Amino acid sequence: MSILELRDLSVTYRTEGGDVPAVRGVNLTIEAGDTVGLAGESGCGKSTIAGAVLRLLPAGTRVDGQVLLDGEDVYQMNPGRLRAVRWTSAAIVFQGALHSLNPVHRVGAQIAEAIRVHGSVDGRAAATRVGELLEQVGIPASRASRYPHQLSGGQRQRVLIALALACEPKLLIADEPTTALDVMVQAQVLDLLASLQRDHGLAMLFITHDLSVLTHACRRLAVMYAGRIVETGLGVDVFRDPQHPYSRALAGAFPTIGDPSSRLRPSGLAGDPPDPSALPTGCPFHPRCTVAVDACRTTDVQLRPVGSASSEASAACVHVEPR
Amino acid sequence: MSPDAQGPPTTDTLVSVRGAHVRFGAGRGAGTGAVRAVDGVDLEVARGEVLALVGESGCGKTTLIRSMIGLEPLAEGSIAVDGLEVTRNARELRALRRRAQMIFQDPTGALNPRHTIFEAVAEGLRIHRVDGDETELVTAALASAGLRPPERYLRRFPHELSGGQRQRVLIAAAMALDPVVLLADEPVASLDASIRGEILALMRSYVDTHGVSIIAVTHDLGLAWNIADRVAVMYLGRIVELGPTEEVLADPQHPYTRALLSVVPETRGLEQQILQGETPDPSRMPAGCRFHPRCPVVASGEAARLGIEARCRGEDPVLTQRSAGHTAACHL
Amino acid sequence: MTAVSRADFLRRFRRDRLAMFGLAVLILFALMAILAPVLVDDDALSAVASLDNPTWASPSGDFLLGTDHLGRSVAAQFVYGSRVSLFVGLMATIFTIAIGSIVGVVAGFAGKWVDAALMRLTDWFLVIPFLPLAIVLAAVLGRGIWNIIFVISITSWPSTARLVRAQVLTVKERLYVDRARALGASQLHVVRRHVLPNVAPLILASATLAVPISILTETTLAFLGLGDPTQASWGKTLEEAFQAGAISRGAWWYYLPAGLGIVAVVLAFTLFGRALEEILDPRLRER
Repeated sequence: MSILELRDLSVTYRTEGGDVPAVRGVNLTIEAGDTVGLAGESGCGKSTIAGAVLRLLPAGTRVDGQVLLDGEDVYQMNPGRLRAVRWTSAAIVFQGALHSLNPVHRVGAQIAEAIRVHGSVDGRAAATRVGELLEQVGIPASRASRYPHQLSGGQRQRVLIALALACEPKLLIADEPTTALDVMVQAQVLDLLASLQRDHGLAMLFITHDLSVLTHACRRLAVMYAGRIVETGLGVDVFRDPQHPYSRALAGAFPTIGDPSSRLRPSGLAGDPPDPSALPTGCPFHPRCTVAVDACRTTDVQLRPVGSASSEASAACVHVEPR
Repeated sequence: MSPDAQGPPTTDTLVSVRGAHVRFGAGRGAGTGAVRAVDGVDLEVARGEVLALVGESGCGKTTLIRSMIGLEPLAEGSIAVDGLEVTRNARELRALRRRAQMIFQDPTGALNPRHTIFEAVAEGLRIHRVDGDETELVTAALASAGLRPPERYLRRFPHELSGGQRQRVLIAAAMALDPVVLLADEPVASLDASIRGEILALMRSYVDTHGVSIIAVTHDLGLAWNIADRVAVMYLGRIVELGPTEEVLADPQHPYTRALLSVVPETRGLEQQILQGETPDPSRMPAGCRFHPRCPVVASGEAARLGIEARCRGEDPVLTQRSAGHTAACHL
Repeated sequence: MTAVSRADFLRRFRRDRLAMFGLAVLILFALMAILAPVLVDDDALSAVASLDNPTWASPSGDFLLGTDHLGRSVAAQFVYGSRVSLFVGLMATIFTIAIGSIVGVVAGFAGKWVDAALMRLTDWFLVIPFLPLAIVLAAVLGRGIWNIIFVISITSWPSTARLVRAQVLTVKERLYVDRARALGASQLHVVRRHVLPNVAPLILASATLAVPISILTETTLAFLGLGDPTQASWGKTLEEAFQAGAISRGAWWYYLPAGLGIVAVVLAFTLFGRALEEILDPRLRER
């Protein structure tokens, strides 16, 4: 059974200015131990999906479709069951490690709290477990008595990962976990996530706008635009041979150093992400698309399998030949 | 410092930095405790040249460009931009701050939320009492930064614009003063990856059309590959490698540059060298080569095999020439 | 912090019923104060002109709020009293805010020893017990409306100064101030274009909250017999009613209007000021 399955998930925020469809019919499956990356610009709905999985969206937000966590619909759970599932089945690591930790509590106490809320563990056992978890993310156990501000940015991000792992979840959702970090520290955290995934068979949903990081960290990739997945496939394929023009532009934003074709030729995508409350007609990407044809203005192509039968690729563009 | 540490001999030097030191706190003395943010930098940037200043946070790269317009006072050394010395004299500083314009990492924070786009661009024109029709100058600047039609933006507020548009506004505001050099502090780091290229292309286009120079502070070597003619790699307040972009990125001489390059996802088959430990602390400068505590060459024992380990631990290396215009500060 | 546009401001304000109520009450009292000479003949305040009137008359058609122990119309005193109360309240607030803002901006912006010196001064004024000082000053300077205004201003500016300084300090660290500096802006430019516009809303909100405090202070001083003897104010009405034994006589019409007037104006200003503060101060708005 899949760890996580999103079936036709739609999320609509209700604001004073009217309804804003943030996610518009997303299907996504993550098998146990698999790593899936969700890429896209800010406002494309990728972080909303993270919130939708654990029902962390603002009250009043409309969610349609199904979120199956370990086969169980998250939106049918009673509050007690939901609390149990959060952290034990799936846990989230957010960006901005400073804000996610309580500044007035020692980091060890914060991890211990998560352990004790979700299991009948006595204080000593919890303390031992905190030490193990910290060592696991590469922080000396003695640092448990530090306060968040006494740790560096990279260490705080590691503490958050330890916190997420406290109840041995099967799925880790990482929302921009390395965005605020320095290059070298980012590499350290990515390395850590990769080793956790390898050693513990953790499934990961990795969300970021940085396609190059995703390619590095994930087996499969899904590219989102305007609340929908426009391309999925194996990470390497999406990065090296993108099918959708949007994925192509995203991939092109990361030059290969040493590649003469990108030397002194920065490539990017013109225009800005569309306003989710006023999406263009047809394919929402057509106003920014360099290969748009007339049909794009009227027809919104659905995701369809492409390439050879053995590939896992799909794309939503009139230009890709359906398999 | 050896004479060949100055990069390529250029006839038209625009920015020249000589023995620059910037210190924070603890009496600003050279002794212990003071943060030696910039710790002896020599650098020349030619007219129309794009230089990428690369390094981790805390390496002093931002402080260095801020000191070029007197936003951080120099403790030692001198900096001149377009023949103007950086001084503490208010009048001279003002003249300097017209010729050198800064671009900030966070365009949202750099725009006053209460000011319209027109006011944001006109602010510099008013400060420097630039002649000409204000509206005309502002619209021309906005249009040249790709905000078209410019009239549509004049009365809008920053929060009504996207991040990319805000950065364009700031670039327009800088270019409206017809500067000779843009000092760009992580100009695209806060933007979505997809739109970074457009902003970089815009900045690069001013080099061709206006002959402006750019000093771009970044931690992103891809950005250097995209727009820079030369790359300077900084570590703990000092330039440890400097040279033409192709050379530095294709044939890095300093182990630190090599490590930085190896962690860029999707470079070329470089074996990853993830440096352990935190970003270095400029208030506690290691003895000898400042990089030796994290240096993979020292850690792997290769330095010992080559018989240079004692020098790494005890002797501060200076920039020495590796090939034409390419220097590195390493005992290797 | 995002800017509050004018339309947004009005929309938020209109939604706040209590604030709208406060505003209506204020407009009512302001009209009464301005139109006082039209509404009542100021002869009605003179004991000599009131010799023919009955004393201690309860409210009737002739005297809407009755008469006092000298036969003067209480209604006339109430109407004219609003003028003094509002005038003292507004003037004292203007001085309070002016001193507080200047000290706050200079301290926050200049920093270093200027800041340290000004803040010591502020602390010093802040810990002076207010009422004893007010009594001493009023006694030394003599009884007069401007003296009362002076006393209130000199004792209430420090809290405004601290508030303004705190806001200046946060604005000073904003990136757009850094950008203005990088553009070559002078200190004056930064203060005028960036600091003041960001501090002004806070000053406005704090001013509306300073008015009721000033009015209460004036009442207190007048009630203690330190008010201007030549001017009818609500505090003075209360004092005279008290001295004349209106309470033991059960002449409620003598003291109740002034008392309720004070309560109404203070409450109205507070409701109005609270709403302004909530809309304009981003720290409160986020809640």
